[in-house]
Amino acid sequence: MSILIDEKMRVVIQGITGREGTVRSKLMKEYGTNVVAGVTPGRRGEVVHGIPVYDTVEEANEREGPLDVSVIFIPAALVKEAALEAIAAGVKLLVIIPDRVPLFDVLEIAKIAKEKGARFVGPNTLGLISPGKAVLGMIGGRVESARDWFKPGMVGVTSRSGGITSAISYYLGRAGVGQSTIIHVGGDAVIGTSHPDVVQLFEEDEDTKAVVMFGEIGTSQEEGVANLMEKGEFTKPLIAFIGGAAAKSGTRFSHAGAIIEGGRGTHGEKVRRLREVGAHVVEDFNEIPKVTMDVLNNL
Amino acid sequence: MAKLYEYQGKGLLQKGGISIPKGGIAKTKEEAKKIAEEIGGPVFVKAQAWVTGRTEAGGVKCARNPTETEKGAEEILGMDIKGFAVREVLVEEKLDIDREFYIGMIIDDIARRPTLIFSPVGGTGIEKIARKHPKQVVTFPIDITTGLRSYEARNILRKGEIRGDLQRGLSDLLVKFYRVSRKYEARSAEINPLVLTKQGGIVAADSHIVIDDYAVFRHPELGIEIAREFDRPATPLEKVAYQVEAKDHRGTFYFFQMEGEFEARSGYVGFHGAGGGGSMMSMDALLSQGFKMANYCDTSGNPSASKVYRAAKIILSQRNIDGYFASGSGVASQEQFHSARGLVKAFREATLSIPAVIRIGGNSEELAMEILHDHTKDLPGTVEAYGRDTSAVFCARRLQELVEHWDYGRKGSPKEIRGKPKPSSYHFQTLTGTLYVRQEECEICTDKPCVSSCTAGILKFDGGKPILSITPEEAKRGRCTECLACELACEFHGNKAILIDLPIPGLKEAMRMRA
Ligand code: SF4
Ligand code: SF4
Repeated sequence: MSILIDEKMRVVIQGITGREGTVRSKLMKEYGTNVVAGVTPGRRGEVVHGIPVYDTVEEANEREGPLDVSVIFIPAALVKEAALEAIAAGVKLLVIIPDRVPLFDVLEIAKIAKEKGARFVGPNTLGLISPGKAVLGMIGGRVESARDWFKPGMVGVTSRSGGITSAISYYLGRAGVGQSTIIHVGGDAVIGTSHPDVVQLFEEDEDTKAVVMFGEIGTSQEEGVANLMEKGEFTKPLIAFIGGAAAKSGTRFSHAGAIIEGGRGTHGEKVRRLREVGAHVVEDFNEIPKVTMDVLNNL
Repeated sequence: MAKLYEYQGKGLLQKGGISIPKGGIAKTKEEAKKIAEEIGGPVFVKAQAWVTGRTEAGGVKCARNPTETEKGAEEILGMDIKGFAVREVLVEEKLDIDREFYIGMIIDDIARRPTLIFSPVGGTGIEKIARKHPKQVVTFPIDITTGLRSYEARNILRKGEIRGDLQRGLSDLLVKFYRVSRKYEARSAEINPLVLTKQGGIVAADSHIVIDDYAVFRHPELGIEIAREFDRPATPLEKVAYQVEAKDHRGTFYFFQMEGEFEARSGYVGFHGAGGGGSMMSMDALLSQGFKMANYCDTSGNPSASKVYRAAKIILSQRNIDGYFASGSGVASQEQFHSARGLVKAFREATLSIPAVIRIGGNSEELAMEILHDHTKDLPGTVEAYGRDTSAVFCARRLQELVEHWDYGRKGSPKEIRGKPKPSSYHFQTLTGTLYVRQEECEICTDKPCVSSCTAGILKFDGGKPILSITPEEAKRGRCTECLACELACEFHGNKAILIDLPIPGLKEAMRMRA
């Protein structure tokens, strides 16, 4: 099993004819994702890597639907329109790849998505992958790498950094620990699916036995996970690493989400809260595979 | 900068129909005096700086008359408040305070909604208010699609025990305040204190507004120079870096200095990360080895080789760094040879004379490492490259070992790598620069690797000399990806005829200003 994506779900790619859309649709399709349609306004009738292109998501849904997922490769300023279009067409999972999407646009998407019972991952995400089944976005970059780096297994991975998402999974795989689903939740301050949302999904997934989380300073996502553990709503073992130990307050370290405001979201506080509720917080990133193996062996 | 000065924020509030104290902004003590004369009563002279604790640092002075105002302004202008050089003061009428309130708007990342915060006890910071009077802080999540309704505002105020006429006046103000925050897309906004004057007016006495970095492009009227959050104004080098980022949208480039001036051999390293999480982790690794960071930098999201080149040049322009450390997540989804070529070109042009450790794991890391090794052997500096199976901590330790035993006397004179191309040489424009070929060198070139190295396939031979196989317009529009492959191929396997000139506007001036 896996969460959010498998090889059967029907996927549309918005912005499929663009620079990134073209390249990443190839990765997704070759890996085994069930990409059934692409959308670029005014480009109906074109075909990209064997994927038919339509003018609107609604049209794609009529012809190739029902669509389960939309992966969005659209310039940041236009993302809101694209996301609302997909939600209006009835798509229930959106993966918003671009970064620099304005905050209030994200809030608007969040509000409409909630009303319509849709979920979104991102913005500013590399995407997600259920190894051996399907990939959404650009994790792995190339199909050979995606196959080589990520192996199916029973550990769920959730991360606020794209590169680290791949790194953790690769190092786990090298130690013989495969993954159920690997998800980069996105580096922004407000995202559609945060660590607490992801661990709840992993909780329900029978085949996920443990979760590895890469947290960062800023936001209250890691504290949110700790709260779930405390309330008994997330009960699987959690191995966590929190980046940004040395960052100073008030300065942004690349990720918009990684800013400490008003003393909230500090490294120390996150580590303390997670340890308090029984998470395995590692100090050294390289210990993640070993600690994870120990945890699995003790199940 | 995405943080607005107090006077800018107040200007927006005033446009939104909220009263602000009478006053004006002054850059000189004479201007300050004049404003005080116009106001004609006691005033405050307030340093315009984003830092907190401005009052404690002596950046706010009360003046009873224009002469005192002049004196106060003289003291404050040029003052250094937590590294922030004050260039402007706000001169404002002193209000007759009856009561103070707090209002603020933040974005709640869990609820994914803007949240309004009100407290009937303003004046101090909201954290302090919340600690001292937890019951006196009312928060309200706003529906982004409808905005703040007046009845919602009245309910907020009722919970803060505000009744009667004051409730009506304040509810009107709350609605206006949220509208301003929404209109200018504030990531956070506050009026503190909001003052009820003895005359019955409601006036915004101080304000802090931070605009969402990503929305700055929609608000050119704000004149924000750098849409990035810092806790101080940008340095000249940071401004140069920001222009590089603004002019090339392939990937992102983020740069700031952590230390401006330092001595050689004092453990400062030029830092070049890739990806937010990987950069932070690499930074932690570096600090754990006892190094200090001259700067923080992140090039990620599949940047062009030219962008990485410019980033590296900017990092290397910092004086007195003992080493160069580049490290990302270790397992990058992007093709890593682009970054490798960008680094190599920068190292060669700057005649690298310090140790550099580059952790460049990810797609095609083998090729990336090969490029980094092979094309830097003749430099006085040392370049070591590692792939995804090597940890950031190991790399930081390697740099530590290299730095420890490095002979910093070995400066290697900056040798001209190839002759300067004449303007008459064959050339074409690329997206952000110019590619020159000194075709006279091609005549005695035997291997001719240039054309085949161009994976974009835009070069062809014409009588044994490379020329464009597409139109110059197409090359300029981006068909030439500035991957730098042809230049390096020609440098090492041809006859050093190609130069891709990638200017960095303002870099020389920024370096001179520092000197
Ligand atoms: S490799 Fe250089 S010198 Fe040789 S033909 Fe090409 S451009 Fe000319
Ligand atoms: S001409 Fe070709 S090889 Fe040279 S920089 Fe441009 S795209 Fe790269």
